[in-house]
Amino acid sequence: MRASTKQETTYRAVNWNEPIIYQLSKAGRRGSAIVAADPEIEKAVGNVVLTIPDRARRKISPALPELSEPEVVRHFLRLSQETYGVDSGISVGVGTCTMKYNPKVNDALARSRKLTEIHPLQDEDTVQGILEIIYTLGKWLCEISGMDEASMHPRSGAHAVLTNAQIIRKYHECNGELDQRDEMITIVLSHPCNGAGPAVAGFKVITLYPNEDGIPDVEALKTSVSKHTAGLMMTDPYDTGVFDRNLDEYIQIIHDTGGLVAIDQANANPLLGRFRIGDAGADLCHFNLHKSFSTPHGSSGPGSSPICVKSELSRFLPVPVVTYDGAKYYFDYDRPDTIGKTASFYGVIPNVVRAYAWILSMGAEGLKEASEVAVINSNYLIQKLLKIRGVTLPWKESYPRRLQEARFSVQKMKEETGIGVDALNRRIVDLGIQRCFTAHEPPIVPEPLTPEPTESNSKEDIDHFVDAIQQISDEAYSDPAIVEDAPHNCSITKIDMSTAIDPNKWAMTWRAYVKKRGLLQFSS
Amino acid sequence: MPVHQYIPNSHPEVKKQMLESIGVKSVDELFAVIPDKLIFKNKLNLPNQTSEPQVRRHVERILSRNRDSGEMLSFLGSGCWPHYVPTVCDEINSRSEFLTAYTGDAYSDLGRFQALFEFQSMIGDLVAMDAVTYPTYDWASAAGDALRMAAICTGRSNVLTPRTISPEKLSVITNYCRGVARTQFVNYDPVTGQMDVEDLKKKLSKETASVYIENPSYLGFIETHGNEIAEIAHEKGALLTVGVEPLSLGILAPPGEYGADIVCGEGQPLGLHPSFGGASLGFLACRDDEKFLSATGHRLVSIAATKRSGEWGFLFLLPERSMFAARDKAACITGTGTLLWAITGAVYLSLLGPSGLRELAETIMKNTSYAMKRLSEVPGVRAPLFHSPHFEEFTVNFDGTSRTVGDFNKALLKYDILGGKDISKEFSELGRTAIYCTTEMHTKEDIDKLASTLSELMK
Repeated sequence: MRASTKQETTYRAVNWNEPIIYQLSKAGRRGSAIVAADPEIEKAVGNVVLTIPDRARRKISPALPELSEPEVVRHFLRLSQETYGVDSGISVGVGTCTMKYNPKVNDALARSRKLTEIHPLQDEDTVQGILEIIYTLGKWLCEISGMDEASMHPRSGAHAVLTNAQIIRKYHECNGELDQRDEMITIVLSHPCNGAGPAVAGFKVITLYPNEDGIPDVEALKTSVSKHTAGLMMTDPYDTGVFDRNLDEYIQIIHDTGGLVAIDQANANPLLGRFRIGDAGADLCHFNLHKSFSTPHGSSGPGSSPICVKSELSRFLPVPVVTYDGAKYYFDYDRPDTIGKTASFYGVIPNVVRAYAWILSMGAEGLKEASEVAVINSNYLIQKLLKIRGVTLPWKESYPRRLQEARFSVQKMKEETGIGVDALNRRIVDLGIQRCFTAHEPPIVPEPLTPEPTESNSKEDIDHFVDAIQQISDEAYSDPAIVEDAPHNCSITKIDMSTAIDPNKWAMTWRAYVKKRGLLQFSS
Repeated sequence: MPVHQYIPNSHPEVKKQMLESIGVKSVDELFAVIPDKLIFKNKLNLPNQTSEPQVRRHVERILSRNRDSGEMLSFLGSGCWPHYVPTVCDEINSRSEFLTAYTGDAYSDLGRFQALFEFQSMIGDLVAMDAVTYPTYDWASAAGDALRMAAICTGRSNVLTPRTISPEKLSVITNYCRGVARTQFVNYDPVTGQMDVEDLKKKLSKETASVYIENPSYLGFIETHGNEIAEIAHEKGALLTVGVEPLSLGILAPPGEYGADIVCGEGQPLGLHPSFGGASLGFLACRDDEKFLSATGHRLVSIAATKRSGEWGFLFLLPERSMFAARDKAACITGTGTLLWAITGAVYLSLLGPSGLRELAETIMKNTSYAMKRLSEVPGVRAPLFHSPHFEEFTVNFDGTSRTVGDFNKALLKYDILGGKDISKEFSELGRTAIYCTTEMHTKEDIDKLASTLSELMK
C-alpha cells in the first residue's frame, strides 16, 4: 500500500528561528513594575539591605535578560508554537506515556482561586474542600486498585517507586530484618525506575530477564529468592504490552519468602475496572495520574503518582495522611512508623483535582470503556503495522495480542536499508506526527518502536499514523537518504549529537555557552 | 454505555469494525492474556458518569469550602511563599502546547527545550554556576539529590547540615541519601543563629562529603559566613552545598561566588501559585565538571549546533548516566520533572530582569524588617529570636505570654488572620515559637493589623 495523497505532506513545523532570550535583551528595558516598600516602612527601617555584611551582599546584578512585557509574551508564545503537544496532533507513537486527551474542564478547575490561592499550612478548618478531594480520590484509587489506603505525596512515577521502596525498607526494619533483607528483585521489562528506586533506597538489585516467550521463567524467580529478599518491584503490564500471566505466582513466591511486592501501575490504562492489582495479592502499587488518569504531562511534569497500599502497610505511609472522622477532614501525623517525607507537603495537588474531576466525568463504566477502547486501538494498530515491510513484533507467536501498547522492531528495516528507529523518528516529525517512543535500556528488542494509541485517538488518527510509517518504510526501501537526512520540515535540522559527550561543546546555560562560544560547530 | 465525548472510537459500530479488522469476535479475546481468576467481575464502586456542567458545579462546590488568601491575611511561608504571580506567567503555562507536551525531542518540541535551556541559564546567572540540571520536584528533593551527588562525587559518606534545617527537609534528605551518606548536625550560635564554625571544624573529617547551608535559613535569618564555611570545608576536601530561595539572590551574594560547589533551591516563588503546596519546583546547579555531572542521574539538557548555521538544537548530555539507561546503577531517580513550572520560572525571571529582581528583594527585606520591628513592640513577644539580618521570614516567640502558638493562631483566625507556622515541637529549645512570612504582597496596613491584633489579644 502506497502512502495516500494525504501523506504527501504539506506539513511544515512552525519555525520562528527564535533567538535565545539573552540575544533579545536591551539594557534598561523591563518587563514588570515592582511594588516598592511603603514610604513609611522605608522611613521606619532605613536601608536595611546594608545590614547584610559586605561579604554576603550581591555586588553585581545577575545577568538576566532585559525585555519589555510584550517582548516576553511574544518570545514564549513562539516557543510554545514550536512545541508539539497532545492537542497539536497525533501522539499515537508515544508508548508507555499514555498520551490521552487532557480535558479542558479539569484545567479550568485546577486554576480556581480556591485551589491556587490556598497555603499548605493553613488551619484545617479553612481547607476542608481540598482535603475532601484528596481523601476521596484516595478512596477511589483504592477501589480501582483493590488496595486499602492511598497517599498523594509522590510527584512522579519514579518518585512513587522510590517511596514504595522506602516503605518496604521500613517494613523490614520494623521487623528487625533489614540487615538480612537487602536485595530487591526487578524484571528488566519494567520501567527502569523499578531498578533505580530500590537502589537509591539502599537495596542491592537483582534483575530478571525474559525467556524466549517474552516473560521471565517462574523458575528464574524461584532461584533468585532467598532469606535476603526484601521484595519484588516490577511493572505489569510490561512496556511490551504483555501482561505477565504468572504474576500471582510471583507474588506467592515472594510472600512465601517473607518479602513484599510493589507493582508499578504506570501501564494501568488497559486494566481499569477489569483487573485490580490488590486482588492479585500485591502489597503496594502506584498510578500515574499523568498517564491513566488524564492529567496533562506539562512538557515533562509536574506529574503526580499516588501510591496505594494494603492496610498492613498504612502505618508506614509518608506523613501526613489525609483522614476523615465522619465530620471533618484532617491531617494525620500520628504514624510513628512513617517513612517520613520524600518531598515537601502533600503532592501535586492541582493534578489531584484534575484526576478527581476526570473520574467523575468517566464514571465506573467510562473507565472500563476507556480501557477497552485503548486495547482495541492498540490491537488494531498491531495488525496494520505488521503489514508494513521491515516492521516485526518480537514474541508475536506467544503474544499475538497485546494490551495498551506493543513493542515492535525495525531491525529488519535497519539491516535491509540502513534506516533504523533513530532516522524513522526524525522522519516521522516531518509528516506532522509526534516521534515514537523506542524503549528504555537495555535494548531487549533491537531497533525498538513502542506506540500506544490510547482511547483518545480516532480510527482515522491511527490509520494516519500507519500511513506515515508506511511512507517511511517505502522511502527506506526506495530512497533512504530522505529518511537519513531528516528532518526537512521541522523547526531545526539535524543536531550535532557529538555534543552529548563533549565537555568542550556542551553548555547547559547561556553563561557556559558564552564561555565556550565558537566551539559549537556542526560535526557528524 | 453511551458514546463518550473523550473517546472517539467508543461508538459500537466503530468498535465492531475494528474488532473485525483485528480478527476477533469479542473484546474479551483481547484480554484473554489476563488469567480469568484475576479478572475483576464486579462493577467498581465509583460515581456514575457525570456531564461537564455537573462536574464543574460539583467540584466548585467542594472547593468553595476552602478559604483563599483573598479572604484572609496570611503570614504563612515555610517552603511555600505568597508572591505576586504576573498574569503573563499563567498565560504562558496555560498554552496547550506546553501544557500537553511530554517527551518529544528537539525536532518536534524545540520550544519546550529552548524555554528549559533559558530557565537553566537564568538559574545559572542567579546562583553563579555554569551547570544546571533538569528541574526536579522541590527544594527538599533537590537538596537530597545535591547531597547524594556530593557523596558519590567525593566517595565520602557524611553530610553536615545546620541544626536549624527544617526537620521535614532533613527527612527527605535522609531518604534520598540512603546507602551513600548519613547526616549530622552542626550547632548554631544561639545569639545569631549562624552556623557555629568552631563546631563545624570539630565535626569535619575526611569522611565529610559536603557541608550544607541554606540562605536564607529555614528560620529566616541570612547565613552571612558562606565564604568562611566554604574555606573550612574545602580545606578538608569537603564540598559546600548551598540551598537558596531564589528571590533573595536579588540582594544576596550568589553561592557560586562564595565557594559553593553545588546549589539547590525552590522555584515556587518564580511565578507559581501556592496551590496547597502542590506547585513546587526544585532546581539543582553545580560546577560544569564531569566529576560532578557523572555523580548525578539527573537528565542534563544542553544547547547544540545543527546542520544549518544560525539555529540551535538541544539534546541530553551523557545519557548513559540517567536512570533510563543506568537503571539500578543510576545515581538518582528523577524521571518526569517539573518542566511546566521551569518554563514559568523562565517567564517570571524574564519579566523581572536584573533590576526588577533587586527591587523586589529589597521590598521583601524592608517589609520583613518592618514586621519584625512592629511585632517586637507587642508585649510578651520576641521577634526575631536571632540577631542577624532576615529575609522574608523570621521567628516570633511567645514565651513571654501564657499561651501557645496554637492558641494565638486560633485567636488570630477569628480576625481572618493566618498566623505563622508553629515550630514549637520542631525546635523545642526555641520555646513557643512560630515562623512568620512577609513578602511584597503585604502592605504596611497588613503588618500593622497583625501587630495591633496581637497586642489586642495580649490584653
